[in-house]
Amino acid sequence: MSATAQKQTVQGVSAAPKKLDIGRLLLEGRAFFALIAIIIFFSLMSPYYFTVNNFLIMSSHVAIFGLLALGMLLVILNGGIDLSVGSTLGLCGVFAGFLMQGVNIEFLGMTFYPSLWVVVVLTCLLGAAVGTVNGVLVAHFKVPAFVATLGTMYVARGIALLMTNGLTYNQLEGKPELGNTGFEWLGFNRLAGIPISVIVLIVVAVLCGLMISRTAFGRWLYASGGNETAADLSGVPIKRVKVTVYLLSGVCAALAGLVLSSQLTSAGPTAGTTYELTAIAAVVIGGAALTGGRGTVRGTILGALVIGYLSDGLVIIGVSAYWQTVFTGTVIVLAVLLNSLQYGTSGKNR
Amino acid sequence: MILAYDNLPTVDEVVLEARNIAKSFGNTHALKGVNFDIHRGQVTTLFGENGAGKSTLMKILSGVITPTSGEIVLDGESILFNNANEARAKGISIIHQELSLAPNMNVRDNIFMGREIIKGGQVDFAEEERQARELMAELEEDIDPLTPLEELRLGQQQIIEIARAISQKSRILIMDEPTSALSAAEVEVLFKVIRDLTTKGVSIVYISHHLEEALTITDHAVVLRDGTMTAYAPRKDINLEWIVRNMVGENFDLGSPPTGYEFGNTALHVKNLVIKDSGGGDYNVVDNLSIDVKAGEIVCVYGLMGAGRSEFMECAAGRLRAQQGHILLGDEDVNKLSIAERIQAGLALVPEDRQKDGLVQTMTVGQNLSLASIGEFTHKLLTSKADEDSLIDESIRAVTVKTSGAEAAIGSLSGGNQQKVVIGKMLATAPKVLLLDEPSRGIDIGAKAEVFKLLAERAKQGLAVVYSTSEVAECLSIAHRIIVMHKGKISAEFDHTASKEQIMAASGESVTH
Repeated sequence: MSATAQKQTVQGVSAAPKKLDIGRLLLEGRAFFALIAIIIFFSLMSPYYFTVNNFLIMSSHVAIFGLLALGMLLVILNGGIDLSVGSTLGLCGVFAGFLMQGVNIEFLGMTFYPSLWVVVVLTCLLGAAVGTVNGVLVAHFKVPAFVATLGTMYVARGIALLMTNGLTYNQLEGKPELGNTGFEWLGFNRLAGIPISVIVLIVVAVLCGLMISRTAFGRWLYASGGNETAADLSGVPIKRVKVTVYLLSGVCAALAGLVLSSQLTSAGPTAGTTYELTAIAAVVIGGAALTGGRGTVRGTILGALVIGYLSDGLVIIGVSAYWQTVFTGTVIVLAVLLNSLQYGTSGKNR
Repeated sequence: MILAYDNLPTVDEVVLEARNIAKSFGNTHALKGVNFDIHRGQVTTLFGENGAGKSTLMKILSGVITPTSGEIVLDGESILFNNANEARAKGISIIHQELSLAPNMNVRDNIFMGREIIKGGQVDFAEEERQARELMAELEEDIDPLTPLEELRLGQQQIIEIARAISQKSRILIMDEPTSALSAAEVEVLFKVIRDLTTKGVSIVYISHHLEEALTITDHAVVLRDGTMTAYAPRKDINLEWIVRNMVGENFDLGSPPTGYEFGNTALHVKNLVIKDSGGGDYNVVDNLSIDVKAGEIVCVYGLMGAGRSEFMECAAGRLRAQQGHILLGDEDVNKLSIAERIQAGLALVPEDRQKDGLVQTMTVGQNLSLASIGEFTHKLLTSKADEDSLIDESIRAVTVKTSGAEAAIGSLSGGNQQKVVIGKMLATAPKVLLLDEPSRGIDIGAKAEVFKLLAERAKQGLAVVYSTSEVAECLSIAHRIIVMHKGKISAEFDHTASKEQIMAASGESVTH
């Protein structure tokens, strides 16, 4: 490992003049430097920003977008897009709320109260099902990803509204005598001082990172995102890869839905509206190319942190919500601009 | 095909002079001071291997990039182009190797794209159509100007690209590999058009890897090697051998069929294969084809564009479905297997278009090489970096890829080395049968010889090799057996003692239509 790395630096110097190195470093680590800049700026602006407690709170906000963004990263690496994650988040939250209220089966005349873990598993399965619909539409029926997931976005949102008649489930705490307590655990509890939601994000990020960098599936994903026909002719099961990434994106959305409704201890059908756009933004800020084949878990997490820490920082120093929108938009455009700077030159020369 | 040299313009006027043109990209010196002249109404051909600097020189002449040093003198006046539009305004236009057409628009709109004829604030479609028809008549192509471009064959699309350049009434027309997708008949027409243009005083700068073809049309030859000009001479003083010698610096031979060993059992058995036209046409692109290839044997499939060679290979590899027939690998029927399963079974394809179908541009050289054999270095769930690296190193050595390392970007390699990566990727899967669709397309003669040497070595070790080509010289170089395809059928079969003329006749090339 170290031997190859050393060989690389030697070649790197010979290929590009030394003076460019600082610029390159800034360009490639831009999400990281942006994050540092944001933290320094807001720490100077407000005494409340640079505290352990504030970072933990901000991170638990980031967890929602982070989970969505990790699923989105997989889809974007494949060269697709998943617009349905916000709605899937909403639908899964409502579904979890529905299960927590107890499932009344009329012809048996009984009401079931599934335990917390059953709720979690069933909700993830629902997310996987929505994702699979997306994946099958895109991979097997050749529906453009944008259109397929736009359709699912509407359908999922509609079902969530139908399930609750537009209302919100509020009693998610469960009852000890029914054995279904603990739903707020995901959103409120802490392990060693770290919110559970952040731990969930870290675990998913590590698994995701391992999957895309160290497994055959990860290699298939990068290859089919970079050039699908070449991957196909090299024996990569491109359709299976495609269905899998949408499925995993759905599961990530379901996890985010569970975390969000747990944090709010309520499940509303409109939860997560436009979150898919924030997730895409996080992936793009993290340096992934929307054309597929380029992007990392590390970058995506940094992207999610940039968005989360920026918007929370603006709230803390009392900037109006309207300005927050302007700032977030500017950061996204800047990120894409830098992406094209990084990939634009290397793509051209043959 | 004999040029009338005495018909050359009496005044041998130099239109454009390139003086000491040099271009560096960082530390890479693509051009190191090149001098040559372009004469009015004559064809100047640039010869050179891939990476010799031909494309860079063309881009400088057409204003796409600016030279690091040196000057361009047009009509005795030193000029500097900042972009392609400035060059176009001075009457220099270029036909790129890659088509720059919009497939969703029709022929007329493609020809006049960006230079629409405006009358009274609106596009004068009638006039555009009339001119487009004239151009088609001139090029002897029976194409309606209102046909959507995507309905045309690749060769016809190339003709449209040429028509567009001609319609701009350029004084200097640069053609980068214009014949690579054309049939023999279309090449004839193109050459006729070139001669017409030159009599009208248009100067042509021509680039082709097809040396014999280029020799029939050119008036002057410029040979580049490693960014320097090695020779510059008028046509009457040179021949094929002279060009090759100056291109590669020594006498070159593509090799001869490997001998001194026995062929093994039948490795690939194709019986009565029928493939329908995928474009919805009511004919078979491959019609009742049967081929047997033994282990250790090298078979060349020769034919024109559209003869069905690519379809046959893609079907064997599992990319196209066959309507009828059987493909057996040894004794195993592979008809129902997926591409991955066929690779596993030992049947691998090196596709025709390495950029589009062969390489993943976003991945490194190493990752491209290991792409088809990921299973080899995956243990349980995770991939092993050490195992992958040793597999990559072995591949790089086996196919002699010239790269700065496994981590280099695939785009940093020359065309020939990229092709070696695609071949190396498939060889790493330890195939029993290797199909190569035009493996020599667009790579220089040195790389070609290396690729053929590699195939000969592997054949000696028992690999059955099937390669297709549209250059006769390549048929006779290493193939034990030559199969000529014409309109989806086998029209003839030869051993390596056949003559070029016999092969060409069987391919239908001499039958002009």
